[in-house]
Amino acid sequence: MKRYPILPILMAGSIFLLAVGPFLPRWGMFLINVSLCYGIVVLGMMLLMRTGVVSFGHGLYYCLGAYAAGTLDQVYKISDMAVMMVAAVLVTGLASAALGLLLRKYRDIFFAMLSLAFSMILYGLLVKTSSLGSSDGFNIAASKIAGITVAGTSVDRYVRYALTVVFAFLTGVFMHKYLNSHMGRLAEAIRDNELRVEYMGASVRNVIHVNYVISAVLAGIGGALAAIAVGHIDPEMAYWTTSGEFVFVGILSGTGSVLAPFLGAFIFETIRSFAYEYSPNTWQMALGITMLVVIMFLPGGLWSLFARKRGAA
Amino acid sequence: MAQLLAVLIDGLIYSSWLFIIAVGLTLIYGVMKILNIAHGSLYALGAYSAASLAGYWIHHGYPPMGSYAAMLVAAILVGLIAGPVIERGLLRFMYGKDEIVLVLVTYAVFLILEDFVKLVWGVDPYFIAQPYGLLGNFTVGALTYPNYSLVLFGAAVFIGVVLAWVLTKTRQGKMLLAVIHDREMSGAMGINVGRVYFITFTVGAMLGALGGALTAPMISVQPGIGAETIVLAFAVVVIGGLGSLPGAALAALLVGIVRSAAVHYRPELDLFSIYLVMAVVLIMRPKGLFSAQEARKI
Amino acid sequence: MAIVLEARGLNKNFGAVTAANDINVAVEQDAVVGLIGSNGAGKTTFINMVTGYLKPSAGTITFGDRDITALSPRQITRLGICRSFQIPQLFNTMSVYDNLLVGIGIVVSGGKNWAEASRHIGTPGEAVDGLLERFRLTDYRDKLAGELPEGIRKLLDIAMAMAVKPKILLLDEPTSGVSADEKFTLMDMVIEAVRAQKVTVLFVEHDMDIVTRYTQRVLAFYEGRIIADGLPAAVLSDTEVRKYVTGEAPHVTVGGHHAAH
Repeated sequence: MKRYPILPILMAGSIFLLAVGPFLPRWGMFLINVSLCYGIVVLGMMLLMRTGVVSFGHGLYYCLGAYAAGTLDQVYKISDMAVMMVAAVLVTGLASAALGLLLRKYRDIFFAMLSLAFSMILYGLLVKTSSLGSSDGFNIAASKIAGITVAGTSVDRYVRYALTVVFAFLTGVFMHKYLNSHMGRLAEAIRDNELRVEYMGASVRNVIHVNYVISAVLAGIGGALAAIAVGHIDPEMAYWTTSGEFVFVGILSGTGSVLAPFLGAFIFETIRSFAYEYSPNTWQMALGITMLVVIMFLPGGLWSLFARKRGAA
Repeated sequence: MAQLLAVLIDGLIYSSWLFIIAVGLTLIYGVMKILNIAHGSLYALGAYSAASLAGYWIHHGYPPMGSYAAMLVAAILVGLIAGPVIERGLLRFMYGKDEIVLVLVTYAVFLILEDFVKLVWGVDPYFIAQPYGLLGNFTVGALTYPNYSLVLFGAAVFIGVVLAWVLTKTRQGKMLLAVIHDREMSGAMGINVGRVYFITFTVGAMLGALGGALTAPMISVQPGIGAETIVLAFAVVVIGGLGSLPGAALAALLVGIVRSAAVHYRPELDLFSIYLVMAVVLIMRPKGLFSAQEARKI
Repeated sequence: MAIVLEARGLNKNFGAVTAANDINVAVEQDAVVGLIGSNGAGKTTFINMVTGYLKPSAGTITFGDRDITALSPRQITRLGICRSFQIPQLFNTMSVYDNLLVGIGIVVSGGKNWAEASRHIGTPGEAVDGLLERFRLTDYRDKLAGELPEGIRKLLDIAMAMAVKPKILLLDEPTSGVSADEKFTLMDMVIEAVRAQKVTVLFVEHDMDIVTRYTQRVLAFYEGRIIADGLPAAVLSDTEVRKYVTGEAPHVTVGGHHAAH
C-alpha cells in the first residue's frame, strides 16, 4: 500500500477503460465488465480476510443484489439502473446488518459454515419460488439509467460497461482509504490478536459486524452490476460453489492492495472463459491446481509478486 | 397417526444416510483438525465406482446378490487409493498451516476431483438400481418401504458401533483419542502422529466412499452429487460438534427427523430445514451439540 | 490517600479448585504494589478478575466509586484499568509503530469515557512518537512485532497498555523472560513512564530484588488467599511468606533432626 500510488493508478486505469471502451470488441467489453463486477465482490472478501475472517457464503449477497435489481424489473417494471443499484445496496445492507448480529459471534470454521448455511437457505428458497423462475431464474433488462433510456440505442452496452467501471473506481477508492484508516489497522489487529484489541478498549464484534456489512454491500453491488451486464440471474449465484469462487479469487489476489482483487478477478474470468470454451471438463481442475500452487508458493497471492519486485521493506 | 409413523420411519432412514456421509468427515476433523471439503469428492468417487463395479458385475450375469459385495469393494478400493494419495501426496506437506488454509487446500482437491470424475466417467448419469430393488420391500401398516432402507440403517448402526468400540476399547483407538485431545502432547508421549493421521484419513476416505457407494442404487449418479452432499455433511458435523462421533449421530437423528417432518407437512421447507436446524443449534450452543472444553489462554 | 481500587470478598472457584479465597484489597492512588506468590497461588487470577477476563464467583470490585465486577475487559479498559501480559500479546504482522498507533487510534475514536484522555494527546503520530521515545523503542519503529527480541516484545506490550491512557496499570510478570542485567533497566523505564502519567501500578513479580526496589507495598498470595499485606521488608520477612513464597524458611537441624517450623 505504501509503495504504489494506488489512487492515481485507480484514476488512470478507470479513465483508460472508459476511453478505450468504444473500441473494444463486444466480448472484450463483456469480459472486463464481468471481471470488474467480480473484483468488487472480492474487494469485500479482501476486507474480511484482513479482519481475519473468511466467509464461505458471500454468494448470498451477490445473489440478493442481483435479485433486488431483477425483481424491480420483473415484478415492479422498474428497469432503471440507478434505482436498481440503490435497491441492491439497501437490500444487502439490511440483510447483512441483521445476519451480522449472529455471525459476529463466530470465527474460523463456524463463521465459514454459518455463512455458507445462510447462502444455501437463500438458494433453497429461490429454487422453490416459481414466481422468480425457480432454478432457471429469469432475464432482466435494465433499459434506463437515471431516467434516460439506453436500451436499443448504440450506447446501450457502453453505458452498462461505464457504470461498472465507475463503481469499480468508487469502491476501490473507498476501500483504499478505509484500509489505510484507523478502521483498517484495527481490522488487521483483530486478525492478529483479538484478545489484545478487546484489552485496548475496542469492540472486536462491532468491527467485524461493520466490515461484514461493508463486504456484503460490495457483493451486492457486484451482483447487481453483473445482473445488468449479463441480463440473466438465477439461484446458482447463491450456491456455495459461487461463494467458493470468491474465496478462491481472494486467495489468488492476496490482500496487498485494492488493485489486487481487480487483477485477480480479471485473470480468473479470462481463464474461465477460455477454459470453458475449449475444455469445459477440466477448468475446475485447472482452478484447483492454481489454488494449490498459490497456497504453496505464493501465500501472499499474486500481488506479492509485484510487491517483491519493488523490493519490499 | 399413520403420518407420524411415516415421518419417523422416513426420518430414521434419512438420519442413517446422513450419519454415514458425515461420520468420516467428523472423524478426520477430530483427529487432524481439517475440514475436508474433498470428502464430497470421495463420496462421488465411491458412488461412481460402485455403479461401475456393480454394473459390470450384474451385466456379466454374475449372481445379483454379489453386487453388494462389489459396491463394498469399490468403496474400500476408492478409500485405499484416494486416501493415501491425498494424505501422503499433498496434505502432509501442509500440516501446521492455519486451519482455514487447510480447508482451502481440501477445496482445491475437491475442484480437481470433480473434474477427474467427469474425465473418467463422462457427464452422463449412471443408474444402478438393481441392488436397491433386489431385496424386496417390507410394510409397516399401510406404508411400504424397500428393504434396502434397512441396509442403510444397519450400515449406520454398524459403523457407529464399530467406531465407538475401536476408539474406546482398542489401543490404536485410544491413541487416536489422545491425538484428538492434544496432538503435541501425544507426539511427545511417543505416539506416531504421522501414522495416526495417515490411518485416520484413509479410514475417513473409505467411509466417505462407502456413503457414496451405498447411495448409488438410490439416485442417478451424475456430476454435482459431491457438491450437494458435502454441504449436508458439513451441516450435520457442525450441528453435532466438530470431531464428535456421538454428536454426529445425534445431529443426524435430529436433522433427519426435522427434515422428514418438513417434507411431510411443509415441503417447501425441505431444502432449508437442515440449515434452519444448524442456525438454531448454533445460536443455543455456539460450538455444536458436543464440543470440547477450551483451556485458559492468558 | 484516596482508595482507587478495592476488592471485597473475592472468590473464584473452578469446580473443585479454589483459585481465589476471600480476597480483600484496597489500593491507594499512586501506589506501586507488588504481587508475589508461587505459581498457581492466584495472582494472575486476581488480575484476570480485576480486568474483567474472569467473573468472580463471589465478591465485588470497585474502581473509585464504581462497581466494575460484572464489566468486560473492553469496558474496564475504557474506564482506565489496563494490563500487560505474561506472554506479550502483540499484533505480530504489524510494525511497532502500527501496534501503538492502533491503541492511540482506539483512544481517539473512543466515546465519552475517553474524551478527557484524547484531549491531551496531540496528533496520533505525536502520541506514538512520544511513547516510542519514553520506552526507547524508536529504533524498532518499523520492525514487525513478531520479529522482535523477547525483551523488546515485553516493552512493547507494556507500552501498548500505556497507550490507552490507564489510571491503573496491572503488569503481569513484566521482567520474566528478560535477562538479569536488563531487568532493572526495564523496570526503571516503566516506573518512570508510569509516574509521569500519575498511574497506580500493581505488578506480579517473582524476582524479590525487583520487588524490594520498586514497590511500596507487597501482597503475598498462597492458595488463593492473601497471606501477607504491607511494607516490602515486613512482608518478605514474614514467616508464612518465607515458607510458602520465597522459600527462605530455614531448615534447622538440631542434633540430626529437622526442626519443624
